[in-house]
Amino acid sequence: MDFAASFSLIASELVLVIAGLALLLVAAWGGDKLARPIAVLAVTALFGAGFLLVPGLHSGVDGPDTLAFGSLLRIDSFALFAKALIYLAAIACLIVAPPFFDSEAAGPERGMRAEYPVLILFAVLGMSIMVSASDLITLYLGLELNSLAAYVLASILRQDQRSAEAGLKYFVLGALASGILLYGMSLLYGFTGTTDFTLLRIALDGELGTGQLFGLIFVLAGLAFKISAVPFHMWTPDVYEGAPTPVATFFSTAPKVAAVALTARVVFEVFGGQVAAWQQIVMFTALASIVFGALGAIGQENLKRLLAYSSINNIGFILLGLAVANAAGASAMLVYLFIYVAMSLGSFVGLLMLRGEKGEVFETFADIRGLAVTRPGIAWSLLLLMFSLAGIPPLLGFYSKFVVFQAAVEADLVAFAAIAIAASVIGAFYYIKFVKVMFFDEPVDRVTGENGMAHWAVLFLTVAIISPLGYLLTPSLTDLADKAAASLFLLN
Amino acid sequence: MDGFPILTTMMLVPLFGALLCLFIEAGAARGIALVATLITFALGILLWVNFEIGGAQWQFTERADLFAGFSYALGIDGIALMLIMLSVFLMPICILASWNAIHKRVGEYMAAFLFMEVLMIGTFAAQDLFLFYIFFEAGLIPMYLIIGVWGGDNRIYASYKFFLYTLLGSVLMLIAMFWMVAEAGTSDIPTLMDYDFPAGAQSWLWLAFFASFAVKIPMWPLHTWLPDAHVQAPTAGSVILAGVLLKLGGYGFLRFSLPMFPQASADFAWFVLALSMIAVVYTSLVALVQQDMKKLIAYSSVAHMAIVMVGLFAFNIQGLEGAMILMLSHGLVSGALFLCVGVIYDRLHTREIARYGGLSNNMPYYAIFFLLFTMASIGLPGTSGFVGEFLALAGIYRVSTLAALVCTTGIILGAAYMLYLYRRVAFGTQDNADAAAMPDISAREWAMLAPVAAAVLWMGVYPESFIAPMRDDIAALDSQLAAAAPAGDSDLQSGPPRESFANTLSHAGEGAH
Repeated sequence: MDFAASFSLIASELVLVIAGLALLLVAAWGGDKLARPIAVLAVTALFGAGFLLVPGLHSGVDGPDTLAFGSLLRIDSFALFAKALIYLAAIACLIVAPPFFDSEAAGPERGMRAEYPVLILFAVLGMSIMVSASDLITLYLGLELNSLAAYVLASILRQDQRSAEAGLKYFVLGALASGILLYGMSLLYGFTGTTDFTLLRIALDGELGTGQLFGLIFVLAGLAFKISAVPFHMWTPDVYEGAPTPVATFFSTAPKVAAVALTARVVFEVFGGQVAAWQQIVMFTALASIVFGALGAIGQENLKRLLAYSSINNIGFILLGLAVANAAGASAMLVYLFIYVAMSLGSFVGLLMLRGEKGEVFETFADIRGLAVTRPGIAWSLLLLMFSLAGIPPLLGFYSKFVVFQAAVEADLVAFAAIAIAASVIGAFYYIKFVKVMFFDEPVDRVTGENGMAHWAVLFLTVAIISPLGYLLTPSLTDLADKAAASLFLLN
Repeated sequence: MDGFPILTTMMLVPLFGALLCLFIEAGAARGIALVATLITFALGILLWVNFEIGGAQWQFTERADLFAGFSYALGIDGIALMLIMLSVFLMPICILASWNAIHKRVGEYMAAFLFMEVLMIGTFAAQDLFLFYIFFEAGLIPMYLIIGVWGGDNRIYASYKFFLYTLLGSVLMLIAMFWMVAEAGTSDIPTLMDYDFPAGAQSWLWLAFFASFAVKIPMWPLHTWLPDAHVQAPTAGSVILAGVLLKLGGYGFLRFSLPMFPQASADFAWFVLALSMIAVVYTSLVALVQQDMKKLIAYSSVAHMAIVMVGLFAFNIQGLEGAMILMLSHGLVSGALFLCVGVIYDRLHTREIARYGGLSNNMPYYAIFFLLFTMASIGLPGTSGFVGEFLALAGIYRVSTLAALVCTTGIILGAAYMLYLYRRVAFGTQDNADAAAMPDISAREWAMLAPVAAAVLWMGVYPESFIAPMRDDIAALDSQLAAAAPAGDSDLQSGPPRESFANTLSHAGEGAH
């Protein structure tokens, strides 16, 4: 085992570990007054880690050279793509957090806590490990590192009842899901005798035994919980609503990318020879997520709950790409993920900017009536984001649906695609309700607070990406996603 | 003109105008919108002048591979040229119509209209299947806003209905497009028009496209969004909706359904004819009992578009030419009728027919314009409506006597409801004092109505100007359809010509121009 080569492969994780541990010490000794410098350093570390990914992303890496530590980790193009996306999302979430915690919205504990950026760093580290896991053990390690950090993040406003409730709910249900996942993994290990993805794949060749099939189902169920796909989605609205908005922003972006990437790796690398066994499950989950994500959102008054359902709905489309079960589908899924992250970041930041005079944060429909008159900048940005989420051209959200449906139709899943796209119209209903409230209703003029440069910058950037200008990104995005997807299918 | 990207320029001008309008105050926004639409119209005239009749089928082509999955490809044939002309002609008139009627959020309103113009030009000029879809579908956003923000009392219901109805119709078409592109290996529309799709698949593809265009055009029984949207939209919104957006459906049939799936089109022709026959009679009867002027005109639109459908599915040159002319004519006439409603709505703020009466006394010029457009809607010879309806009905008569009979009945009913409307509004006694006190049309309203009136008469007296650019394209389409055309029930066996007449007729026909 060549440690030098392994360490050079995980250089970006090393940066995150060192930065995380060092900043943890700074936070422990320096306290909350150093929160801002720590956040700045964390962003720098994420930038540094992301910078290390660029050469590999550019040239595309796959094959046996990408295995680190005796095939515990696989740092291929797929992992690099997912990591780059995770780092970008985490950076954005860190940038928009301090103004929120400094405002009235944070309740009695004004000011960002010093742990916040450190926890984000550790969560990101966990995700990095998740997406490059090539062994059930590393998979679980990464997943739990991410989850533990996430439970704490959800309840970071300790005095706030809703935040605490969100953390507790997340923890209990997350632990249950981890249990299910572990049970599935133990079944797989028991019936094959290995935890290594490549060896598992070989051992699972041919007819699946009952125990192996149960292992597959339990693993998929555990992962479905992590990506909040129907029928394991119930926690999402509660957690998003209760968690502080910057944390919900984080939850809806980076961990989603990591969990989806992990799921893709598991189904293609471990169960790559058993497509028939999981394709139907994924198809069902995808359709159910699209339909229930849309139906659940219709009655919501709270905007964060609405966006939570919207994220369930979007996961359905992402799983649609997964269900296609070929490289084109995986590539489409990655393109979708990228655009989804931009849309989700943009809309949550838009919500963060709905602040009152004293900085209190509004989050219901009643508060944003007639926003187009009082705050046209935010309202127009949200309008574009909502139409983009609904997949209306010429916004880039259309392109994300375009690629997954194209992949599905090319793989001859025409009926499946037709049902899914018809169901997507249900989703359009609540997205245009958002627009209706902001543009058609009489203004209430509650949103009067000013927003800092950080919020505007992130909002502007995401809106620029999802605007028709974003189509100019599509050639390079497709190129990167194709490379990433190809490395996933090397074994086939 | 070689190499100058005139189509892109025509889209960029209103686009920049729109972006500018978003950021400036009301008065300047009006001016900028008017200037931008007039420049675009001037470019449109340049386009028409430089369009080479009898030249290449696709002219002014532009192509750039900017995106992954589809390309930015533009180009027009005669059919697209005429529809683009219709759009850019109506646009400055719409801006004028909104000059005083819109008070709130003028910049955003003008921007929405200018975006709409970009998308309409793009839809007609797109030569890539997916680019077409993007432009086609993107129109939902500005129209949703126009109805929802500046519409009438029940605007929210109407805007939702419009949005969801049209979206549900279109998404299935997208799936069909994916299938076609996977099958043919290209998303280039001219190539796809010549591609032979397997007969078994054609039916499905045709139905998917039908779902989209039938909602858009709209065909009975999918028309119910139209009266709501028309009634609630501001005047200019109704003009664009009736004038151009409905034509997108007809254009879709002409550009996609007929040439790409000729066999399926022929198989389903009876279905289209049946729906259209019901539509003509049913919606005409509904129009007869309307109390709301806009609703009446909206239902008359459904009836007219049904005659367009009949012409399209007659599978012969007369039918196709008639359908095209009727689309252009209906775009002008129904647009103008909505403008006429707008003129009196601006004065009295009601669309109820009973609140008016005897307007020919106090508004004589208005009454003349209104009469002209009413007659054009009925299809009086000398107006554009006559040319289109006559050709379309002549085309269908060769295929189905029954359909011709029923549709002609619809025309008579059309005369009934339009004349009834005109009598109640312009003639009779002046019972309402406030209506009797309304001033006649202003200079701005002259500027709106006079050009449309001129165009209607031009198209009625000398339709050759409009048919000439399209003739080759329609002939090409007809030859594509010839193999699939259903056998008509007319006896086309011509007897031996009578010597005296055959020899005295000169044969300098239409082609001599």
